[in-house]
Amino acid sequence: MARLTFVGSDGTRYEVQAENGSTVMENAIRNGVPGIEAECGGACACATCHVYVAEEWRPVTGSPEPMEEDMLDFAYDLRPNSRLSCQIQVSDELDGLVVTVPPRQA
Amino acid sequence: MGGRGEGMTSNYAETDVVIVGSGPVGLFAVFELGLLDLKCHLIDILDRPGGQCAELYAEKPIYDIPAWPRITAQGLIDNLTEQIRPFKAEFHFGEMVTELERTEGGFRVRTDNDTTIACKVVVVAAGGGSFQPKRPPIPGIEAYEGSSVFYSVRKMEDFRGHDLVVVGGGDSALDWTLNLQPLAKSLTLIHRRPEFRAAPDSVNKMLALRDAGLVSFQLGQVTELKGSDGALQGIVLKGAEGDSEIVATRLLPFFGLTMKLGPVADWGLNLTENHVAVNTTTFQTSEPGIFAIGDINTYPGKLKLILCGFSEAAMMARAAKKIVHPNEKVVFQYTTASSSLQKKLGVA
Repeated sequence: MARLTFVGSDGTRYEVQAENGSTVMENAIRNGVPGIEAECGGACACATCHVYVAEEWRPVTGSPEPMEEDMLDFAYDLRPNSRLSCQIQVSDELDGLVVTVPPRQA
Repeated sequence: MGGRGEGMTSNYAETDVVIVGSGPVGLFAVFELGLLDLKCHLIDILDRPGGQCAELYAEKPIYDIPAWPRITAQGLIDNLTEQIRPFKAEFHFGEMVTELERTEGGFRVRTDNDTTIACKVVVVAAGGGSFQPKRPPIPGIEAYEGSSVFYSVRKMEDFRGHDLVVVGGGDSALDWTLNLQPLAKSLTLIHRRPEFRAAPDSVNKMLALRDAGLVSFQLGQVTELKGSDGALQGIVLKGAEGDSEIVATRLLPFFGLTMKLGPVADWGLNLTENHVAVNTTTFQTSEPGIFAIGDINTYPGKLKLILCGFSEAAMMARAAKKIVHPNEKVVFQYTTASSSLQKKLGVA
């Protein structure tokens, strides 16, 4: 289990409990976090679950795989800490993870 | 995307049913309508059948298709295509329905490629809507769309003699870089990173053109457009070493596709949160003769599952049959036992 915090583009914080093995995107959808669309349902095929990973968490979440990099080309307002939340898998290590939702997905 | 806009062709057809969308549910509708002797034309904005199954997750396995413990999305589409072959539906790929007009005997459907089809019933099986090019996050880009900024190439000649900037790292960006370079006054390709999603052969060809001084390849993102009244004069590139300006009279951004409800929203159908409301006995919309099945519809208890869309197609077909052949009595039959259904399937 891990506690995840999503920060909306308006600054609202959403704290959720996430099970190990689930993806960060799935937890956003299950808990109705606004701004995560996940159009393709987690297939790494659309770049509409884009989030910014808080700086201090970047070493833990790691870097995108090539397929995710390809999809990030399509994301809105890309930054060095951009990730697709469907490609971040929850584990105990991620307890306390903070990600920010961009103002738009596409 | 290919298929689209290789010259405009005027095209007229008459049929029983026009199906808007050729995803899994649109395809299976051909089968259910075909068993009831209804002929179909399908229109899809993509250049091949399959909808989201083909465009978003072709190689991903699906685990909840009845009797298929595991099947890839493309495998499902291939099977459906084979299953509906006996009914000889006509496909119009790379076209978007732009107009739907009620006529005395039914409807007239028009597409952006000048196809006109007269039909008695329209079935909207458009899933999440039509796939349309993504607009990059550049302030004020809307003002240049259609005059200086294009998301597809309809006629290569339109780009002759222009200072052209192509943005993206996929096959579309690379293909058009290679194809338009000989016509352009100058061509700059911009991508945010040195790796590409495109076919390695295209990348090598582009790099050869760059080495020959015929293409300028720049790393970075376009942040600003310069120009006025829709006439582009230049773009601002934000790269690793800061901002620079590049002369550009045409911009071609290739940032993939997104789903938009599109013209379906303008057909006077009752919508609930961007989905088409239907009666669950018939799957008819608020407009008689227009049906909606699959992900695009909504009703109490709706599940966005392919298997539910299949069932909706079967029930819709019954109601459509009554509109097309009002005087014909339909006897309920099974494909396992009915020789007349088997004849239609070409197996008897």
